[in-house]
Amino acid sequence: MIFGTGIIKGMLVTLKAFLASYFKGPHEGGIFTVEYPEKRLAEKERFRNFPFLLYDQTPENLRCVACDICAKECPPKCIYIVRDFDKEGRPLKRPAIFDIDFTVCMNCGICEEACPFDAIFMDHEFEIAGPDRQNKMLYHRDDLLKSNEYFNKIRPTDAGAIDARRREAEEKKKAAAAQAVKAKTTQPQPEPPKT
Amino acid sequence: MMEKMFEVQDPVNHDTQTLQVNIGPQHPSTHGVFRMNVVLDGETVVSLKPVMGYLHRNHEQIAENISYTASMPYTDRLDYFNSMSNNFAWALAVEKLANLDVPERAQYIRVIMAELTRLVNHVSVIGFLLNDLGAFFTPVLYAFREREKILDIFEEVSGARMMCNFLRFGGIKRDLPAGTLERIKEVIQNFPKFLDEFETLLTKNEILCMRCQNVGVLPAELAVNASITGPMLRASGVNYDVRKADKYSIYDRFDFKIPLGQTGDVYDRYYCRVLEMRESLKILQQALRDIPVTGEIISKKMAPFVKAPRNFKPPVGEAYGRVEAPKGELGFYVVSDGTPQPWRYHVRAPSLINLTILEDLCIGHKVADAIVILGSIDIVLGEVDH
Amino acid sequence: MNLQEIQSKIEAALPGIRLKPVRESLLIEDAAMLPKVAAFLKNDPVLALDYLSSVTGADYLKYLESVYHLYSVEKKTGPVVLRVRVTRDSPRIPSLVPIYRGAEFQEREAFDMYGLYFENHPDLRRIFMWEGFEGFPMRKDYEQEDSEILETADIEWLDRHGAKVPEGMRKKAADLKAQGKRAVAEKTGKSIE
Repeated sequence: MIFGTGIIKGMLVTLKAFLASYFKGPHEGGIFTVEYPEKRLAEKERFRNFPFLLYDQTPENLRCVACDICAKECPPKCIYIVRDFDKEGRPLKRPAIFDIDFTVCMNCGICEEACPFDAIFMDHEFEIAGPDRQNKMLYHRDDLLKSNEYFNKIRPTDAGAIDARRREAEEKKKAAAAQAVKAKTTQPQPEPPKT
Repeated sequence: MMEKMFEVQDPVNHDTQTLQVNIGPQHPSTHGVFRMNVVLDGETVVSLKPVMGYLHRNHEQIAENISYTASMPYTDRLDYFNSMSNNFAWALAVEKLANLDVPERAQYIRVIMAELTRLVNHVSVIGFLLNDLGAFFTPVLYAFREREKILDIFEEVSGARMMCNFLRFGGIKRDLPAGTLERIKEVIQNFPKFLDEFETLLTKNEILCMRCQNVGVLPAELAVNASITGPMLRASGVNYDVRKADKYSIYDRFDFKIPLGQTGDVYDRYYCRVLEMRESLKILQQALRDIPVTGEIISKKMAPFVKAPRNFKPPVGEAYGRVEAPKGELGFYVVSDGTPQPWRYHVRAPSLINLTILEDLCIGHKVADAIVILGSIDIVLGEVDH
Repeated sequence: MNLQEIQSKIEAALPGIRLKPVRESLLIEDAAMLPKVAAFLKNDPVLALDYLSSVTGADYLKYLESVYHLYSVEKKTGPVVLRVRVTRDSPRIPSLVPIYRGAEFQEREAFDMYGLYFENHPDLRRIFMWEGFEGFPMRKDYEQEDSEILETADIEWLDRHGAKVPEGMRKKAADLKAQGKRAVAEKTGKSIE
């Protein structure tokens, strides 16, 4: 074999690729990169980035009950939660402080997996940048809130399944409550004690 | 005057001085923050001491202070090219420890993911090896084009391109989304075409042959003695593959061969990887043919711990789980004391141990060859420094 | 070949050796005998354990341990696990580098993390930590900073950078400073055999 045939054959491959970049589509050997940020690839549904807190209808109605499970399960411990109390000092089922440090968060998705109340989910938003670490990257409760509609938009399959499950549970609960009320009304009322 | 300057005292034994040079830690050819303390005589390497630890984060200490499942995303960050096989090894170790069984469908998905990872790793390693040789970025871009297609599958399946965090003890995190298997099939069908193109580009290239053949020859005996594993060991002609030796998971069901090299030089290491990719494709085709259509994805024993990983307490004992990761044998040694955190957690990192013989391989070669030899060992600093 | 057979085989070949099975492994009670056992296992034609997969240290509070996983490349068998225990005061173990070259970096790592001195090691230096680092970070009694408790210095730094610090953390830090203590993580878990 003549010395240099291998190189020439290799060059032909590159020449072919060069010509293909003009005439062929992205999946037939042409250019497959896109001009970010003008053009973007479609996001995968399961794509996960930083977490967000979910609310139903209004932001007051957030699903998080400040149970602290995600904060405990979080591998790098980037979640900080303080429970809210009412005026008499009774604990409420909502967080007063819910901070996530996005400089520490590693997008593992374990908080989403562990949450028993379907309250925290992984977002699709990835273009987060700030000039310093303290003010921009430490996200507080109100920065993290996002609506259920948004969740339905970015992850329709997961959101649909979760909504269906929640609705079913709610209906079951309602039916059980109705049953209980019914049982209560049909029961003979105890007579008031005689004085 | 001029004559005096060029006069050589002893034309055979030049009385030369050695020179100590630091290559790295900030150097593109060291694949990360890795330093080589090289003593040179002219261009020839006299001694070479690897220095590492710039990326050390005491991975083991972190893992000993968090729950077993919480270590899973940290293992992604060991060898960030192959997070799926890292997950696989850690899952195997804990499954051995807690005696968990894995459902059929999950086993197949694990194998498919592990083999896809091998493709990802080997294409990019060959690309970077060529980068080290001076073929600046053309082969890498060919490699990355294919890699990107596989990473898209990973993203679709697990949500992240590289930090997959996909496996769980006793199964996997989630079932595959609809249509993924078809897309994997498509990628695999097109892959041999790419490999042929890649080989036309490289394998017979005279410059590649001249630069790689008989460079950094690793004899088989030394390779075994120095605990070298992976494609490096097989390039030296030692028939040892953990997939065949241990038959872990369901690898005993697949029909595949182990490509072996003859001389153990850089070229053999390159070619072994190419052949290994072809074997991986065979495994993938068989796995995609046999995978059950539906089924459990996590064992019943582990189902209660999906929502509460911190409650998972394996029984007191120890286990050593190892897999054939693309870089070599990746092992996890874990000791449980019955609490939610492991008492001892150790990573047997193939990249680190394969570096043991770097000095032996490089001595007597030129500096440029030392870079190529390092490239052919295939290190990732996340794993070397763990 | 199971563990008992291997044990009796070693005992027959090396008279006077004391072995104890611990959790599917063999504990060599006299650490100085380790190279002899390893050399025997490597050269034995039936076992042919020519490949040392993993070397690692471990801390069990009462003693330090070094664990070796041996496999056979030739026979595709294994693992045979050996372990050696040494006291915290004199953690000296003979090195296996003369027999298995692959132990070199792993023993350096065990030395770096646990302070196990491998005698006859050709180049026993720290591998990951920098030269001049004091202490051995993987030992259970190594004083590690508690990531959940801040110290006054941390709070001052956060204040300077305009971060909000919860009152509870501030108070804890002040208490610690008043007691002259540092925020050191508590080690939980009981020792196991």
